[in-house]
This record gives sequence, structure tokens and C-alpha cells, in this order.
Amino acid sequence: MGRYVIRRLLQMIPVFFGATLLIFLMVNVMGDPIAGLCGDRQCDPATAARLKKEFGLDKPVWQQYLTYMGNVFTGDFGTAFNGQEVTELMGNAFPVTIRLTIVAILFEIVIGISLGVLTGLRRGRPVDTGVLLLTLVVISVPTFVTGLLAQLLLGVKWGWIKPSVSSAATFDELILPGLVLASVSLAYVTRLTRTSIAENKRADYVRTAVAKGLPRRRVITRHLLRNSLIPVVTFIGTDVGALMGGAIVTERIFNIHGVGYQLYQGILRQNTQTVVGFVTVLVLVFLVANLLVDLLYAVLDPRIRYA
Amino acid sequence: MSDTTQIAEANAKIMDGPNVPGPETARSEKTRSLAQDAFRDLVRRPMFLVSAVLILGILTIAAFPSLFTSVDPLACDLKHSMEGPSGSAWFGYNFQGCDVYSQTIYGTRNSVIVGVLTTAFSLVIGGLIGVLGGFFGKWTDALLSFVTNVFFGLPLLLAAIVILNNFRDEKGMRNAGVMAVVLTLTVVGWMSMARVMRGAVMQVKQADYVAAARSLGASTSRMMFRHVLPNSVTPLIVVATISLGAVIGAEATLSFLGIGIRPPAISWGVMISEAQQRISSGLHPLLFPSGMLTITVLAFIMLGDAVRDAFDPKLR
Repeated sequence: MGRYVIRRLLQMIPVFFGATLLIFLMVNVMGDPIAGLCGDRQCDPATAARLKKEFGLDKPVWQQYLTYMGNVFTGDFGTAFNGQEVTELMGNAFPVTIRLTIVAILFEIVIGISLGVLTGLRRGRPVDTGVLLLTLVVISVPTFVTGLLAQLLLGVKWGWIKPSVSSAATFDELILPGLVLASVSLAYVTRLTRTSIAENKRADYVRTAVAKGLPRRRVITRHLLRNSLIPVVTFIGTDVGALMGGAIVTERIFNIHGVGYQLYQGILRQNTQTVVGFVTVLVLVFLVANLLVDLLYAVLDPRIRYA
Repeated sequence: MSDTTQIAEANAKIMDGPNVPGPETARSEKTRSLAQDAFRDLVRRPMFLVSAVLILGILTIAAFPSLFTSVDPLACDLKHSMEGPSGSAWFGYNFQGCDVYSQTIYGTRNSVIVGVLTTAFSLVIGGLIGVLGGFFGKWTDALLSFVTNVFFGLPLLLAAIVILNNFRDEKGMRNAGVMAVVLTLTVVGWMSMARVMRGAVMQVKQADYVAAARSLGASTSRMMFRHVLPNSVTPLIVVATISLGAVIGAEATLSFLGIGIRPPAISWGVMISEAQQRISSGLHPLLFPSGMLTITVLAFIMLGDAVRDAFDPKLR
């Protein structure tokens, strides 16, 4: 187990550097890193040259990347153009997005898996067909349409919730945005659980458990569900990374000042330090989430062992 | 799942093919290839028929928008601003007083072009990388898998915004044309195709008929393109169909964020983005393009589902 984790961690290193180099190149080579410093106007050539020298942008790109990574590993993510430390922006943004992600993942687990078990056990019945069609529709409606409609109806027209989230972004304010963010993945979790349950329902171990005289509830939760969860766990694990970075749309609609909001602002204002810094952290989250998923396999299915 | 499909299909092909001497006419009545089986199965599925009809309709609208409306989508009259649906304008008018029905019809083309071209490019790039990695293995595979993983590590939407942010018009305003959106979505979206293709190729590579071809002295390219590729392409087609819908949704999301296709070009995303700013004064300019968008995405996902079920013998 320990060796496996170490091997996986070592494999993560090149991917981490590759992905951060890629975003670094996208932002610094394709874009103009000092464009954001002169406001909306173009920098005049003399100022541009001076700024480039000051930030070391006249050096070759690989050297810039090495310097940047060196700073990152000492905890220095640089300074945004308005003088705020990027680490300070992260300190404000990440807790909000983490709360939002937790709400979304909880919805996926609770609603998604329950619906999946329900339909998987009743394959072909009206409940199953109904839920299946519903998931198709939910997958097809883009998140921003779901979000806008939910905000308008629940927030503005009926006044059940506040249409925009305050800067504190407490858990109760994040329930609706979390549901909107989770909606598409929720539908996928339902479908995955359904397929998996329906497939395993006929497995020998389930028949054995039933023949032993175990109560139906125990057969389903301890035997059937536990063995059916592996593909679902894989999906939810990779989704953690996607939700953290992909909340741009949801955070914009509900005015949540989290990671997605900061990144979007950073990109539009050509704030390279913010973008590269946040993406670096997101890549790390994505890689670690994937590792945790693989380790969870062994917990769910004791037949899987990591040497 | 896909591997069994491949092998079953391969077996079916071998049995059907001209390599097998024997009473062919009598036999081909009974043993159809998996592809033929799947097709016969498909046309009997209501989900396939519904989605196929929808997609044909959408493609017709995209190709010949003038067949469906005689109103110029850019002829706007502020006098009609935010008027609701009526006999003369079925979907009502938007804030600028443009006919929402006409715009929805004319917006179809850009959305469909982005979906089809992006998927086609991703299919070629992802497919090629998957075939090369899966077929050659060893360091080729290690290198290509590494590149795939690196691209997977980046959040998709984010990378797309970063790239598209660099497309400007003469005035320095953010303005990406349709092709820029296509290329960007291809760059950030080819990876799942590569993974699916790689997996399928690795399975097919071990089949007996590939070994047979090799022992008969077939060249690498012949094995790859005549034997491995045709037999491993089905899962790729399924993923492509489903992702076509997802790409159309992604294009709309980018337009919604104010990046990607911009007005005066018309696309559903642009319409939704404009309607959203005036959402308090009326919902109809938002609902109709959203509805069309949803129906289109739904149609492609349903088609992909139906094709996958038909080609997966395990579910029969």
C-alpha cells in the first residue's frame, strides 16, 4: 500500500509539471502578460519594455517557468496586478469553493445514488423509465440555463431564497447553487449506479446473501451497493476536480466569489499570476483526488490489493 | 465492455468474410455481421428513430434556414422590444426588437458547425493518438499517454477561456470567430477520444486475425489501417456522437460567458447571453433558444446511447 502510494505520487510529478507548464505557456506566450497593467489602454513601448525587464519577462520562457515554480514551492504565488498577494486571493476564494463543492458532492451522493439504487432494482418499470428520461433531460439542459431559471423562479419570483450569495457564502446560502452545480453530474451518478446495480443484481454473491436469509435491506446495502459503487466512486472522484474548476458558470450566476469567479476575472483582466497560481492548485487537487479514488477501491472491494 | 464488442464483431466479420470458403449464400442468410445486426436492431428502437428524426430536422434547419423563416434575423425594430409570442412572431421579440424565432433558426447553423467540426477534428486527433499509442505500445504509448494526462489535468472550460481570450478584433475587443471556437474546443477536448481509442486498439491488437496478418507478412500500416482500425472504431463513434451534443453545449456556455462567438454573429449561446441580461423584463427570449439547445443536445445524446446499446451484445 505504502509503496503503491509512493509510486503513484512519483508518477504524478511529471503530469503536474506538464500541466502547469501548459497553462503557463498558454497565458504567457499566447497572451500578453503585461497588458493588464496599463488598464484598458495599450502600454507605450518604453513602459512595456521597463515592465518586462522588471518582471523578468525578457528572459526565455523556460527560465521564467523555472523561476515561477521555484517561487511557488517556497509559497510565493506572486502578486496580482492590484497589489494583492495571490495567496491572499486563494485564502478567500478556496474556502468558498470548497464549501460549494461539498454541497454539490453531497447532492450527488445522496440523491444520485438513491435514485440509482431505486431504478436499478426496478429496471424496466415505469419508475425506471421516468427517472431515466429525467436524467437525459437534466444532462441536456446546459448548467447556465438551469442556474438562471432556478435563480429567477426561486430567488426573484417566489422569494424562497436570496438570489445572490453574500460574501460570507455560508452553507445554507449555497444549497441552491450547489444543486445547480451538481445537476448534470447527479444525473450521471444516477445512471452509473443504475447500470452497475442492475448488472450486479444477478451476481452469485447476491443470490448467496439472499439464500442465507439476510434481510433485503442488508443484502442491498452491504452486498449489492458496496460492490456496485466502484464506477460511481471513480466518477465522483474525478468530478471533485472538475467541480472545483468548472464552477465558473455557477459562481457567475449566483455571484459567488470563489475560485471560478477569481479565475474568470483573472483571465479577462489578463491577470497572469492569478490564473497560473489558481490553475496550479487546481491541477494538484485533480491529481490528488484521482489518487484517493484509486485507494478507495481497495476499501470498497477487498479483492483489490495494492502491492 | 467495448472489448467484447470488438472481438464479437471481429469474429462475425471473419465468419462472414470472403476468406471463409463454403456455401456463402446459404450462410449469409443466417449469420449477419454485428454491424448489420446492430443496424436492424437500431431501426426498431423508438429512441433511435426519435433522435434521428430530430437530428435530420436540425441539420436541415442549419443548412437551409431560409426554408423555415422569411424574416431577416438582424432586421430589428425597437418598437417591438420584448413583445411576447404572437401570430406574426411565434417566439416573440427580444430586447432589441429582433424576431426570436428567426434568430433561433439562423443561430442553428453556427451551433451545428461548431459541434460537427469540433467533433470531427477531435475524432481525427484523438483517434490518431489513440491508435498510435495503443498499437505501438512501449515508449510511444508512454509519451502519448503522458501528453493526454497533461491535457486532462487542465480544467476544460478554463483552458478554453484562456485560449479564446487571445482572439481579438482590430479594436482590441474580444471576438472569436466560429473557427477559433472550433479549434479551441478541439485543443481542450480530444483527450477522451484518445483514451477510448487506445483501449479499443489494445484489445483488438491481440486478436488472432491481427497475428495472422502479421505472420502473412502484412506491413505495419496495413495491419493498422486494414485490420485494427476498422475493428476498434465503434466505441469511438459512440463517444463522438455523445460528445457532439456536449460540444454544442460548451459553445453556448462560452458565448454565455461573453467569450467565443460574439454578436452580430448569431448563435444560441449569444442569444441566451443577451436575453439573460434582460431576464427581469421577459423570459421568452431566453427560453426558446435554450429549448432548441436542449433538444439538440438531447437528440445527440439519445443517438449515442442507442448506438452504444445496439453495438453492445452484452445488453441484448
